[in-house]
Amino acid sequence: MKLKQTIGAAKITPYVFIFPFIASFLIFYLYPIISTIIMGFQQVYPGQVTFIGLENYQKLNNPEFKVALTNSFRYTMYTLALLIPIPLLLSVWLNSGNKTVNTLYRSILYVPTLISVVVAGTIMRLLFASSNKSIVNTIAIALGAEPRQWLLGGPHQAMILLLILALWRWVGVNIIYFLSGLQAIPDELYEAADIDGASPSQKLWRITIPLLKSTTIFVTTISIFGGLAMFEESYILWSGTASPNNVGLTIVGYLYKKGFQEGEMGMASSIGIVLLVIVFTISISYLKIFGFFKTEDKR
Amino acid sequence: MMNNNLHLSRSSIVKHVVLVILCIVYIIPLYSLLLAAFRPGRDLLRYGITLKTLIPTGMNFNTIKGLYTIRDGIYFTWFENSLLLLVLQTSLALFLSSFVAYGLSLYKFKGRKVVTTLVIFLMLVPIQILILPLYKLMITVKLIDTFWGVILPLVVSPFAIFFFKQFIDGIPRDLVDAGRVDGLNEYAIFFKIVVPIMPPAFSAMAIFMSMQSWNNFLWPLIVLRDGQKFTLPIGLNTLLTPYNSAYDLLLIGALASTLPIIIIFIFFQRYFIAGLTSGGVKG
Repeated sequence: MKLKQTIGAAKITPYVFIFPFIASFLIFYLYPIISTIIMGFQQVYPGQVTFIGLENYQKLNNPEFKVALTNSFRYTMYTLALLIPIPLLLSVWLNSGNKTVNTLYRSILYVPTLISVVVAGTIMRLLFASSNKSIVNTIAIALGAEPRQWLLGGPHQAMILLLILALWRWVGVNIIYFLSGLQAIPDELYEAADIDGASPSQKLWRITIPLLKSTTIFVTTISIFGGLAMFEESYILWSGTASPNNVGLTIVGYLYKKGFQEGEMGMASSIGIVLLVIVFTISISYLKIFGFFKTEDKR
Repeated sequence: MMNNNLHLSRSSIVKHVVLVILCIVYIIPLYSLLLAAFRPGRDLLRYGITLKTLIPTGMNFNTIKGLYTIRDGIYFTWFENSLLLLVLQTSLALFLSSFVAYGLSLYKFKGRKVVTTLVIFLMLVPIQILILPLYKLMITVKLIDTFWGVILPLVVSPFAIFFFKQFIDGIPRDLVDAGRVDGLNEYAIFFKIVVPIMPPAFSAMAIFMSMQSWNNFLWPLIVLRDGQKFTLPIGLNTLLTPYNSAYDLLLIGALASTLPIIIIFIFFQRYFIAGLTSGGVKG
């Protein structure tokens, strides 16, 4: 009985409960990260592994990888510039006024996030098809603009297409995040501001935006991670990793191409490490700049 | 005062006009899918979605037949695979993640803070970064081209752990102590006292995870090889080719894989939203 109690109450029980997480962490996170680091210094072919030092990293100094880096960074910057302010403002709108109508708006904007990337990409490909008859080109012609080859027309069109897809798929989710942040702001603050005669824009800048800080940090962080890891969208739009002039090539796309299509596991691992380092550096410095760690400490 | 009211109503008109236009724009792609699914694939391949596609006349509902005639009805095999993966992945993830969350929420033990921080941190790590070594691991343990290979890396979900932990944190400790007084051991307390009050949390997470599983693309794409084992997104992806009238199945198949989620969303909206928020942002 006594033995049972010690096992039951204090020492081992907590570890039994968290064991699935520890096991999963070791097997599916830590081991892969370590093995990526090691493979990054190796040439890995079936049945033959050679240590080659930094050669994989030196090989990354090539135009194709630079295109991939540029595309991923641009995509991330643009998605941040669009997918933070737009959902924030929409959520401020959706947080006041008629509840039923607001819920309807919110639901409609949320629906695209339910659709798989394959289906979403397919619809985009067809809406933005190259023929003069496609709906987007029909509208362009009606407005007096030139019809475009959206998928094949060059880096500019490719980026616009990717951003439209991102806006369509993710505005709804970010609205939900911001709305839940907004609901945590006490009404008294706005009432007090009203008594002081604050204008709507003053309330937005002085109350809403500062108090949404932790939500904004969260949304920014997931957007950075998601943006830099973007691959599936471009895989669907251009049917794989071979877009014309690599307009749709991203960091993960390049990793996929090297590792899974060209069998260069070592080089692909070095790409993975570069991505990992970039992602962690950006998010940690971002969190530091905005004093996230400090406020955590104070609590 | 008068002026202020006028200003308010004007800004609310702007708000509604913008939102209505935005909602229409957001609906168009779905509406397009709905109509394109009943058009000949040949035309879609050639012209894309045209103005004519979007006018709801002359629809050909025979395309539905394609679901079970094209390639001997492989579509339903994909559908079944997706469904099986969804049920397996979601139920395992719910059980394991709530189990871990209980441990993290209830006990003070050495390393608890580190583990909690790790959970929060891993919530943000996109799996895309780890696909290559995970793929090698799956080859080593011979799980390539199996459903377990797709599921196992995802069954302990940091996101779900965090979500359940928030929920269990809010359960009064008296309940747990009462269980102890009754002589239940710690595991019995979890199964007999805590699990029975978790259905709201379970349903929110179940809906959220089911949707993720249903739409999961990159990892199954890497793990699954045999066309008979494909899930819907992977199968539909193979139809994005100009050959063998693939588009005849692609569009109606895309619609048939999307409609169930939208219908479920319409009825269980609040669970979708709850699954997203309590896990994501600390209140």
